[in-house]
Amino acid sequence: MARHIERDLQRFHHIVRGKVQHNLRKYISEGEMIGRTGGEYVSIPIPRIEIPEFRYGSRNSGGVGSGPGNEGHEIAQGPNPNGVGQAGDAPGDHIMEVEVSLTELAELLGEELHLPRIQPKGDSKIKDLKDKYNQISQIGPESLRHFKRTYKHALKRQLSSGVYNPENPVIVPIREDLQYRSWTSVPKPRSAAVLIYLMDVSGSMTDGQKALVRSQAFWIDSWIKSQYEGMERRFIIHDTRAFEVDEDAFYRIRESGGTHFSSAYQMAIDTIEKHYPVSEWNIYVIQFSDGDNWGNDNQACVDLLRKNLLPIVNQFAYVQVHSSYGAGEYMKIMKSEFSDHEALVISEVRDRDSIMASIRDVLGKGR
Amino acid sequence: MCLAKVDESENMSWDKHRLTPELRNLQREIEVYAKSYGLDFYPTVFEVLNYDELSEIAALGGFPVRYPHWRFGMEYDQLSKGYRYGLQKIYEMVINNDPCYAYLLRCNALVDQKLVMAHVLGHNDFFKNNQYFAHTNRKMMDEMANHGSRVRAIMDREGEDAVESFLDCCMSVENLIDIHSPYRKRQESVYKSGSHENSKRDESHQGRFRSKSYMDGFINPPDVMKAEAERVRQELSRPKRFPEYAERDVLLFLLEHAPLKSWQHTILEIIRDEAYYFAPQGQTKIMNEGWASYWHSTIMTRHCLDASELIDYAEHHAGTLAMTGDRLNPYKIGIELFRDIEYRWDHGQFGEPWESCNDFKERADWDHGSEPGLGMKKIFEVRRIHNDISFIDEFLTPEFCRRHRLFAFGFNQDSETYAIESREFPKIKEMLLRSLTNFGQPVVRVQDGNYGNRGELYLEHDTSSGIGLRLDFARLTLENLYRLWSRPVHIETIDEERSALLSYDGQEHRVTPIGPQPPPKAKKEFRREG
Repeated sequence: MARHIERDLQRFHHIVRGKVQHNLRKYISEGEMIGRTGGEYVSIPIPRIEIPEFRYGSRNSGGVGSGPGNEGHEIAQGPNPNGVGQAGDAPGDHIMEVEVSLTELAELLGEELHLPRIQPKGDSKIKDLKDKYNQISQIGPESLRHFKRTYKHALKRQLSSGVYNPENPVIVPIREDLQYRSWTSVPKPRSAAVLIYLMDVSGSMTDGQKALVRSQAFWIDSWIKSQYEGMERRFIIHDTRAFEVDEDAFYRIRESGGTHFSSAYQMAIDTIEKHYPVSEWNIYVIQFSDGDNWGNDNQACVDLLRKNLLPIVNQFAYVQVHSSYGAGEYMKIMKSEFSDHEALVISEVRDRDSIMASIRDVLGKGR
Repeated sequence: MCLAKVDESENMSWDKHRLTPELRNLQREIEVYAKSYGLDFYPTVFEVLNYDELSEIAALGGFPVRYPHWRFGMEYDQLSKGYRYGLQKIYEMVINNDPCYAYLLRCNALVDQKLVMAHVLGHNDFFKNNQYFAHTNRKMMDEMANHGSRVRAIMDREGEDAVESFLDCCMSVENLIDIHSPYRKRQESVYKSGSHENSKRDESHQGRFRSKSYMDGFINPPDVMKAEAERVRQELSRPKRFPEYAERDVLLFLLEHAPLKSWQHTILEIIRDEAYYFAPQGQTKIMNEGWASYWHSTIMTRHCLDASELIDYAEHHAGTLAMTGDRLNPYKIGIELFRDIEYRWDHGQFGEPWESCNDFKERADWDHGSEPGLGMKKIFEVRRIHNDISFIDEFLTPEFCRRHRLFAFGFNQDSETYAIESREFPKIKEMLLRSLTNFGQPVVRVQDGNYGNRGELYLEHDTSSGIGLRLDFARLTLENLYRLWSRPVHIETIDEERSALLSYDGQEHRVTPIGPQPPPKAKKEFRREG
């Protein structure tokens, strides 16, 4: 029996996706990305789609219940207790979660922001050979025997040679009937990317700003991941010195003290040299900061960027998170020094609502 | 050759859902017990399904084949997820049809299957005998499938999107039916244009009795005849209202008068048909569940239960009847009321002497005895002639409310909470009846189909309960109504304690207050509905 419900279910999901896409802006700006379930899926709460109808406003309505308590005893917070009419129904709240795979989410994001697809560099040079089981052959190990095809061949042979007896349908395959699954080696262009996040953890970055960073990093991750087959991420924090940390610590650690951007740049350069040969990797470096570098460090930063970093990365993004303390001097310096370097993006995030625009800045070049 | 093959595979898939011999024997056994009490049911076809299949059928409202719509997909999504995460589980599903279809969950233990079978026979008997189901189509399984293929055919012709969004519109108003209409002969010709001519032709004879010519002056006195003719003339010259009387079957009004394309007409008709089919189940939720629970409990405890199954049975039975939190459980109220009625009639607690007795002590010890089996006879009668509203109205007693600790609650504006308002019997009864009236949904009537002489649709929400409509939904519904009616639509309701007219003209929404005075407070007396 064909399952009719499949069609309805798909239709529903289709509508929900539409709704998700519709609401994507909201999710991004509210940072409402609710828990990832496993690594592959995110669940997004959406309102259960209700078909509108004339119904009573929930206020003023009463009902009948049962249980202990005197008159005036409170039984529920507003606005929706369950009277007799709804008994036996599904749970009363109207929020449901849909699961969207990360790839899908990235697709939606791409559509919403009109992001250009990234052209991975170096795809013509590096090729992996990948085995694909897409063939049938007459020889092979027993473990790969294709039972159905073997059976069919034997049946055909027996039919055509008149050995087949419908009364006693015994099929005995002989050597020539045997069919095996087999593979071909397909060259596959390899595209891998490494994302290096740099963050300024000096005293001036507050938790609120880190939440902005986290939200934005999530979307950047999702998008870049959808564009490459493999993606690695590195997290570097710095004040006057730089440390490599894991993701959790990246968002949590808070130091006080001064700020030397150059220390983080140097560390990023070292990491790339050690682990990610430029010819094989698409490299993205994304720096989050409130823009308060120590003045005497600025020149060193500009030099490192120009000589060592910009030539080897696909893109370097400097995202300045607006801070009530800092003046954000660094952004001006960047702008004046590299007025239009193709591998450099400068963006600013003021509040939640500007995350969208900033994501578009960072990913909009399609590099 | 090819056909034979298809048949075979269908048989096989049907086979898969058939009862095992063990369950089949069980069914026979339980049916014998049920019949011995006088239950009278349609033949029952049980199918055994795994949870996924059961979720699918439950999402479709019990019918394996229906028209395609995303709403069913949504229900399915929720049911199957709810099961996967262990939040909910459907035990049984039963369809009002002849033969009656019911579904068993494959993974259930034997004791559960027994319980469900006995429960289902109770529903089946109720469907067959309760008068409110008398007009329902007993071949609804087929009808639903027919609806399905008609909608599918229309979709092929008109496109999925167009049909689906029209379905959305129809569902938005599917609750605007008149649950009494199956019991009323409609005046066929009220709207038909020919009727006026007919009535004119008959004018001279109106109100005239047959008589011999010499008696005519007495049987049809001239002055009376004259007055009658005058009245008729006035009646006819009075500006005609349209519709003549406020029409509660809004769907019917739309079917007859909205400018729908033929395929849209077909779809709206299907939605209306199905709404009427499902209506009695909403009207008798408490009774139906109560009756089925009464019988599963009776059959299980007196006949079917193996000693080893007792604990499981008791747990599941208690689970079904539990009143969780402050929520009223129709299963519980239903079964207890049936038992109460049986007890009362067995002990002579009815009729004039009982009603007029105000002495609690005396009432509590009342046992005037009566003919044996009167209680049983009474509950069979009750299941035949009542619906939830008349059931509660007739049989809810102060003793019952006290025993089950019922209370009426209301919304407290100041603290934004719901609180117990009263434990007094009349108040509880009124609240309960109100929540059951029209399934707890607002009553809406078509007042004018030619409002302002501009062909606009004027609906009136019956606000005698003093509760207004939920405004955001009302607006969206008006938009859908507009799509059906193609002209501006209005609905009169209460907005913040004042009568107001919500309007939508295809572009924007307007709210116009009506009259300076606040609407009358909720009337104390309760009008019987249902």
